[in-house]
This record gives sequence, C-alpha cells and structure tokens, in this order.
Amino acid sequence: MHNDKFISKSEIGIFIFALALPFIFDFSPYIQGLLIFVVLWVVLGTSWNLLAGYTGQVSFGHAAFFGIGAYAAGVPFFLFKVSPWWGLLFGGITAVILGYLLGIVVFRLRGPYFALGTLAAAEILRIAFGQEEWLTNGHNGILYMTTWVSKYPYYFIILAIAAGTILTVKVVMRRREGYYFLSIREDEDAASAIGINASKYKNISMGLSSFWAGMAGAFYFIYMGFIDPETVFALHNISIISILVGIIGGVGTIWGPAIGAIIMVLLQETFRSAFFGFAPQWVSGMHAFVFGLLVIFVILYLPGGVVGDWDLIRKKLHLKRKSEMKK
Amino acid sequence: MSILSLKNVTKNFGGLTAVNNVSFDVEEGEILGLIGPNGSGKTTIFNLINHFFPVSSGDIIFKGNNITHKKTHEIAMLGIGRTFQVVKPLKRLSVADNIMAAAFSRESTFEGAKRVTREVLEFTHLDHVAHQKAGGLPIAGRKRLEIAKALATRPTLLLLDETAAGLNPAELDEAIDIIRAIRSDLGITIIIVEHIMKVIMNISDRIHAIAYGTTITEGSPAEVAANPTVIEAYLGSDYH
Repeated sequence: MHNDKFISKSEIGIFIFALALPFIFDFSPYIQGLLIFVVLWVVLGTSWNLLAGYTGQVSFGHAAFFGIGAYAAGVPFFLFKVSPWWGLLFGGITAVILGYLLGIVVFRLRGPYFALGTLAAAEILRIAFGQEEWLTNGHNGILYMTTWVSKYPYYFIILAIAAGTILTVKVVMRRREGYYFLSIREDEDAASAIGINASKYKNISMGLSSFWAGMAGAFYFIYMGFIDPETVFALHNISIISILVGIIGGVGTIWGPAIGAIIMVLLQETFRSAFFGFAPQWVSGMHAFVFGLLVIFVILYLPGGVVGDWDLIRKKLHLKRKSEMKK
Repeated sequence: MSILSLKNVTKNFGGLTAVNNVSFDVEEGEILGLIGPNGSGKTTIFNLINHFFPVSSGDIIFKGNNITHKKTHEIAMLGIGRTFQVVKPLKRLSVADNIMAAAFSRESTFEGAKRVTREVLEFTHLDHVAHQKAGGLPIAGRKRLEIAKALATRPTLLLLDETAAGLNPAELDEAIDIIRAIRSDLGITIIIVEHIMKVIMNISDRIHAIAYGTTITEGSPAEVAANPTVIEAYLGSDYH
C-alpha cells in the first residue's frame, strides 16, 4: 500500500531543477535540443509504460499515437493553414480516438499477438499516410516555419507535457483504475473474478497512454516544423525506442522511463557524434548496436530496469567498495 | 429460499461431457460440500457458475436472477466470490495490494478500500505478511490470500475450490476455523469443493456428490459417506 506522500520533496526538487536549468547554465543550441529530446522521450516512455508496464499490454506500435498526434497538428495546417498550435488540443484527443478504435481490434489479442497487432497498426498508418497525398502531402511531408527561433520556449512546453504525463500516472496509480491496471497485468482471469471489467480498464489505460503520446507527437511538429510518415510513424525510431526507454529505466516504475530517456539520448548522441569527435568516424554508426547490447544486459541482469532494480545496483556497488576496502 | 440454483446444467468440451445435467440448490446461509473423484467436474461447475466458460445448456439462477449469460466480472459484482484451486495471486503485488484491488470493487475511495483491506487481513490472519510480495508466500498463505481476495469483494455466496489442499494439520485447523467464521460472522453462503474428508465432513451441512459429471447423490455428510455409489466412485466396485 502506498503510504508515502503523493509527491515527495525530491520530486519537486527535480522538477524545479529542470525548470531552472536554462537559467543556471548557458547551453549551446545543440545541448538545448538534446534537453528537449530527453524530455520528449520521458513523455513517450512514460506513456508506453502506463499501457505496457502497469497494465501489461505491451504495445509495439506507440508510433501510431505519436504519428497521429503529429498529423493532428500537421493536416489542418497543410489543408487550411490552421495554426499547428491547435495540435496541443487536437493531438491528444485524436490519439485517444485512434486508441479506442484500435483497442476494439487489438484487445481481442493477448501477449505477443497484441504486440504484433499494435505493430501492424502503426505500419498501416505509416504506409497510408505516405499514400494519401491530398491529406498529408505524402512523402514530401508537411513543412511549417516554427514560431520561435529560440529553443527555450519549446523546452518549457515539453516539460509541462512531461509533468502532465507523470502526474497522470501518479494520480491514476493511487486510484481504483491503477489497482485494476496492475491486476489485469498480473492475471486477467483473476482480475475478472474480483469484479474487474478487464476490457473497460484496458481501454482506459490505452486512452490515457495514447493521449500523452499524441501530445508528444503534436509537440514534435510544432517544435521541428517538419513531419513525414517515415519519421513520425517509424517502427525503429519511435515504437521500439519507447519500449527500450521503458525497459532500461524500469518497467512499471514512475521514474523508470525518465532515467531510461536520459541514458538513451546520452548514449545515442555520444555515439552519433563519435564521442564528440574524439573517436574514429565509423563509431558513429554503432549507437544502435551498443543500445542493443545494453538492452540485453538489462534484461539479463536488471530485469526491473535501472530504477526497478536500484536496490540491487546499490548493493552490488556497496559490496564492491567493501571488498576493495578490505584489500 | 435458495440463493443459487443450477437447473439441468450441461457442459460439453467437444465430444467430452464434463458436466451432465446437474441440478442443485444452495440455501441461504448453508455450507454445501461438492465432492467427487478427480476429473468429475467440480471445478468445471465453479467455472460455469462464474462464467469462465459458457454453459452448453441449462440455467443458473442467483437470487432469482438468471446469471447464465452474465460475464465473469458482472457475476462477481452481483455477489459471487470464488477462489482458485490453482491459486492466482497477483504475484508482483504485495498481499495488501492484492486485497486492495479486490476491495475497490465495492469501495470507490482509497481510504475505503484500505479500511476493507485491513478488516480482511485481520479476518484471514494475513496481517503479519501484508507487505510481502504475494508471489513469495508459502502455499498456505497463497490459499488464504485467495479467500481474502474473494472476501474483499463482499460476496453473499463464496465458492471455495480446494482451499485446504496442501496444508499441514495445524494449517488445516486454522483454515477450517476461518471457513466456519466466514459463515457465522459474515453470514456468507458457501459452496466448498474439497478432497480432504476431514474438512468436508466437518464443515458441510449438506453434500452433493458427482462422478463423471453426473450427480450420484445428495444428502447429509453421514448419508453421503454411507452411500454405496459414493464409495464405489471413490474406491472402485470391488470395495465391500
């Protein structure tokens, strides 16, 4: 039972620190961009974690919600020159509608079949949005002059979205819905025997998860000023990374995806820039490989992720230090 | 008035008839024992009552309502709780959180669910392991957690499926006390499936015996124990 406070002091501290970050340091635009991507991945990872980590419905198609959110901001702009900022209203809602429709089909499936169903859904959308040029401008994508040159306003917006996502998880997990999500994850039959309408609560979980993924998508278009189907519906760059961020940080933990996002972006940038120019150029192609190794390591030795198995990590480090002291 | 009635209930799995034209009534406040050799269809009857499987034919009436085609979660909300022979704890949750999840079926607030959880923990003598992970409990604890989860949904009828199997004699006595208290203190009607004769003969007001999915007899524990068809079903026809 959660007897701990709803929001701890250290959590408030982390949020204030994140808010103050741009005022403390004079970051280059490159670092500013990385910060935004870290927070964007916190949103996507946390959203995936709500559905997969807490409710046990392992989605392999989170790009579907991210992409539909991005196009909810992009299509009205492309067709009618409606400001993409409306996407922050429509993005989440559109993704929820998609999630509900998708749920009718994929919630009939369990386990790996559910994963394949969601993966297929995202791929169908990727191809369809590439074909329907009248609606989406096809593979040419949709281009928009971003509102501000400075990156800081975007940083605060995505930070607000991330705070909303994490707060959603925290609120829900203390309520009936949260307990029902966990029960469904652990054993759907046992859950229905204690009166839980599993399909209803899976839909609620899907709705909350897809809302924030859609918001992240809408933000992406507003911030980047360009989207095409291959980017926003990408299997490897969106769906899979959502999963990896969750797994590395810790499935079914509040702060796991946040830690996972930081590790993922740091690792990706370190390799992509070939250790900031200090390593030979061929290293830059290695980030996916190293990330794969890291995932294997985490699954084998830290199945709870960095946050879920934090006690284990601390114990190991502690023992090591002790044995070194004895020498 | 009978709280639950099975009327000519039949269940076929392909060519196999697991439950064949079984009818019985459960009176409010009684403990009905359901016995039969392995594979005779006892657990299947439970799975039909709470609609894990649909019946092939027949009707199930609970408190005057036909619940034959209601869904599992709806049946739980109507007031039928059950435990599982192969226990189904929510493994990665603590014992208390397992009960919390069930308590939310009647309580909408966190505090309300917590209060019910405390009551149930105390009633089932699980308070000392409340914060352990359910997956790590020994079998006696997991069996009792099954009862605790079912009780937290505030049932009026409880289906107990071999909750005493695998317990040592001391645990067995504790389990019998708890089951008796469920009826006497909480006023819950019980149908109990059990292989351990010490439990079933001690606890039940009436016993319904089945073999190969068919009713063979029904009566008081003493009558059923003396019935030659029951003896034959359990021990074979050579035993005289």
